[in-house]
Amino acid sequence: MKSLEDLKKMKEETIQAMQLKEQPEPEYRVTVGLGTCGIAAGARAVYNAFVEEVNNRKIKYVTVVGTGCAGICKNEPLVEITGADGITYTYQNLTPEKAKAVTEQHLVQKKPVEAWLLATGRSLL
Amino acid sequence: MGQKEYLKNQQREVLQNCGLINPENIREYIARDGYQAMGRVLTSCQPQDVIEQIKKSGLRGRGGGGFPTGRKWEYAARAVNEDKYIICNGDEGDPGAFMDRSVMEGDPHAVLEGMVIAGYAIGAHRGYIYVRAEYPVAVERMELAIKQARELGLVGKNIFSSGFDFDIEVRLGAGAFVCGEETAMLNSIAGKRGEPRPRPPFPAVAGLFHKPTVINNVETLANVGRIFLKGPEYFAGIGTEKSKGTKVFALAGKINNTGLIEVPMGVTLRSIIFDIGGGIQKGRKFKAVLIGGPSGGCIPEDHLDAPIDYDSLLKLGAMMGSGGLIVMDESDCMVDIAKFFLEFTQDESCGKCTPCRVGTKRMHEILQRITIGEGKEEDISLLKRLAEDIRKSSLCGLGQTAPNPVLSTLRFFEEEYLAHIRDKHCPAGVCSRLVRFEIIPEKCTACSICARICPVEAISGEPKKPPYFIHQGICIKCGACQAKCPFSAIAKI
Repeated sequence: MKSLEDLKKMKEETIQAMQLKEQPEPEYRVTVGLGTCGIAAGARAVYNAFVEEVNNRKIKYVTVVGTGCAGICKNEPLVEITGADGITYTYQNLTPEKAKAVTEQHLVQKKPVEAWLLATGRSLL
Repeated sequence: MGQKEYLKNQQREVLQNCGLINPENIREYIARDGYQAMGRVLTSCQPQDVIEQIKKSGLRGRGGGGFPTGRKWEYAARAVNEDKYIICNGDEGDPGAFMDRSVMEGDPHAVLEGMVIAGYAIGAHRGYIYVRAEYPVAVERMELAIKQARELGLVGKNIFSSGFDFDIEVRLGAGAFVCGEETAMLNSIAGKRGEPRPRPPFPAVAGLFHKPTVINNVETLANVGRIFLKGPEYFAGIGTEKSKGTKVFALAGKINNTGLIEVPMGVTLRSIIFDIGGGIQKGRKFKAVLIGGPSGGCIPEDHLDAPIDYDSLLKLGAMMGSGGLIVMDESDCMVDIAKFFLEFTQDESCGKCTPCRVGTKRMHEILQRITIGEGKEEDISLLKRLAEDIRKSSLCGLGQTAPNPVLSTLRFFEEEYLAHIRDKHCPAGVCSRLVRFEIIPEKCTACSICARICPVEAISGEPKKPPYFIHQGICIKCGACQAKCPFSAIAKI
């Protein structure tokens, strides 16, 4: 990277690439809290469960990423699922088993699992 | 609790990316305007302008002392030397504090960006991030961040074709608390024993390898990029007259919403504990909050409405510290808390200077005897005198602030000390040697559970003929009977 222009270009490209698309299938971003607080509460296993489940089902429209501490350490493992409509569903206290259920119900059947939700709101990203 | 409610009274500046972006992907940071500030500074600002802007923002060090960052940079910039260094202090050691760890884990590039800007301002070409090895995730993410930034040319030679070179390396600390003190840290990075040395000379004049060095805390550096991105006026518009910007706090202890929060300077502790923190666990009564870890002090209910800034906290005998808040409720004994923190500092004292090495040990012994009911009336004045001497004559910040938890608990909770000494009684029921378990005759049904659970056979009685009886001379005050009694018939007095 040689100039500020290059940086701006990369910024635009990344924003484009991160944009969740509606077509051909609505895309999702699954963000698992992988700060030390999350990891201590078992977030790595939750992360792996999402990755495994998404791979096993050969789902192409879901990206699973890790992130840092969102601040609500008490409710870790926290998982945010953002859809192409820009709405984020925040799940709390997930386990690998719950992660599999969330994949099935939220990501496949498009029905968020209300019982495990901490909050919903517009994506801050 | 909805997430929005949780964020309602917060203002996320330093934590703006934490919990949102993938910290292991530099592009996600760039998509959130990352490295823009650095690019602008390097291509269109003079180092002197950079310092002026930081001064104008009013940024003060977030590691505890609150020294104005702009002035620190200015001293180092003025020093004439070919080699200068920037050090990021990530040796967060206060019990219950995890602000810096979360920033390093959640937004490592913000720290790197701040370091490059700082390096440009003072004319340094090399930076070190000192992280404790107990933070493996932070170490891993910082190292990955440096690698990715280097690959894109955002760290290294001739950044943004500006002719400015800056490279960064991670150095691991072995977890000694004293290595968070800047001069001890310099020794540790240089491969020597992590012991402090007298100041002056200040690190800005003779620091790492005796070269001019700026040491800034993780959170301070994470603020820098944002100051240039949004303008120093924006930053100076947040907070109070003398404490600008926001502060990250770690909430721990007996609070409902343990976690990490960020608020503008000047909000009250009451707002943090009750509005954001959700109040005290189990519906208990708030007693005090310890701010600033082992170097800080306790703040009781009466002072909860004081605004949080560097100066008003000092007036209350506490300090901002790095931002760990440990909340205590009515079931916590303040003498025991003071003893806990003194045990910590006594343990972590490097032993170089006598007041700290011997003084904290003696203070700990006095507290120990108070908590087992062998305290004497004159112990309180002795503690105060020792505390004063240690504070005045210790070599470094560790010793100078070590007596703070004792002094502040004495200031606000002296009657609790007196209860231990005069009445041999621990009002909170924590100091086990000073409590007594007794059976409440009206509630006892003579079920005999307590007698069977007692490990030292201190309880006797006849089944079905209440009440049972605890022999105080045999009882070891383990509390097992109270925990198991199905009728709540055993009281701790």
